[in-house]
Amino acid sequence: MLNVGRIEEGFVLDHINAGNAMTIYRNLCLDKLDCTVAIIKNARSSKLGKKDIIKVECPVDMLDLDILGFIDHTITVNVIEHGEITSKKELHLPQQVVNVIRCKNPRCITSIEQELDQVFILADPEKEVYRCKYCEEKFSGKIK
Amino acid sequence: MRHLMSPLDFTVEELDHLMDLASDIEKNPKKYAHMCDGKKIATLFYEPSTRTRLSFETAMINLGGSVIGFASEDSSSASKGESVSDTIRVISCFADICAMRHPKEGAPLVASTVSKIPVINAGDGGHQHPTQTLTDLLTIRSMKGRLSDMTIGLCGDLKFGRTVHSLISALVRYTGIKFVLISPEELQIPDYIRDDVLRANHIEFEEVSRLEEAIPKLDILYMTRVQKERFFNEEDYVRMKDFYILDKAKLKLAKEDMYVLHPLPRVNEISVEVDNDPRAAYFNQVQYGVYARMALILTLLEVKVC
Repeated sequence: MLNVGRIEEGFVLDHINAGNAMTIYRNLCLDKLDCTVAIIKNARSSKLGKKDIIKVECPVDMLDLDILGFIDHTITVNVIEHGEITSKKELHLPQQVVNVIRCKNPRCITSIEQELDQVFILADPEKEVYRCKYCEEKFSGKIK
Repeated sequence: MRHLMSPLDFTVEELDHLMDLASDIEKNPKKYAHMCDGKKIATLFYEPSTRTRLSFETAMINLGGSVIGFASEDSSSASKGESVSDTIRVISCFADICAMRHPKEGAPLVASTVSKIPVINAGDGGHQHPTQTLTDLLTIRSMKGRLSDMTIGLCGDLKFGRTVHSLISALVRYTGIKFVLISPEELQIPDYIRDDVLRANHIEFEEVSRLEEAIPKLDILYMTRVQKERFFNEEDYVRMKDFYILDKAKLKLAKEDMYVLHPLPRVNEISVEVDNDPRAAYFNQVQYGVYARMALILTLLEVKVC
């Protein structure tokens, strides 16, 4: 069992699929926060075998749960207050994601229109399919 | 204010109302001749499309309105690098409604988000062409008197033909619709139409490769063009191409009250010898396209029709 040092106020993202921590770090823009961020890679996990963990010492409302839900809605979000886990946030697939992924369809208007947001809409929650708002191209691939 | 981006933007009830209006326009054109006096439509065509553009322009002129616009990207500010958003903001100051055709998919949707006037998608790349679907629905309803309880044959290029995809998506909302999908293996409908539209809505359909097999059971035959460049090799094209040409001999196998539709332009997939057959409805379809667009303009401009 790996011991992770206590934080007073913040959140712990647990059960991240091994190797995904940096993707989450980038997409949640954690590099822009002026606070302690700990990334643990390849920790032992009875559930996943190997997992990544991210600990961030800042208020949880600074976390974009939509982006996190889009990247992996099975991640556990533990909210830490006064050094204790006080609640767990449930993640859902967001109805839309803005400027997280790009449309790869070269015929899409997003390929030429200036400063147009890249918007993807949840088209099929069961199959977890997102489609570009403009051309309806299916997003297939991994978030980088 | 409403826009039209996809044929599914309208509910079945709204579509029925729109088609009732189009049918009344057909019967009483004079009643509608001044309903848009003083109004202007902007036809913003970033790529050439003679029939669709002229159909929109005719529709507005028939309603007493007038037309501004451009027929190609070269003659618009887009050639100077202007964005779609900026163009529609400017056009909103000139016109009351606009029809936009653009090679980039989703361009009319971008326009609609900043526009002060209703925007009609007049075709965006291979994505949507909702007024063609309205035209097809109106033609079927006018010729057959209904949009339910029918077997619809779709023939030719079912893979790339956006008119076919839109028509299937619109027709599955009616009861008792069956489809016979007639195409070479290379040009069968995409999986997302087969799975997400047909199977998801529990629609009865079959896929066949020869028109002769299917034609006796059809109430509507919707023809599309099979293009040589869609085949992997010329041998296959030569072997298959005649299967998808409708001629008098094949039409003999059809019901007396079956109608033939085609989004046009036709090349050789319908022999000219079929043109005089009373079941050939593809030129009527062009006329219905004008009525459908007139009804659409009146609806989006919220013109009160007594």
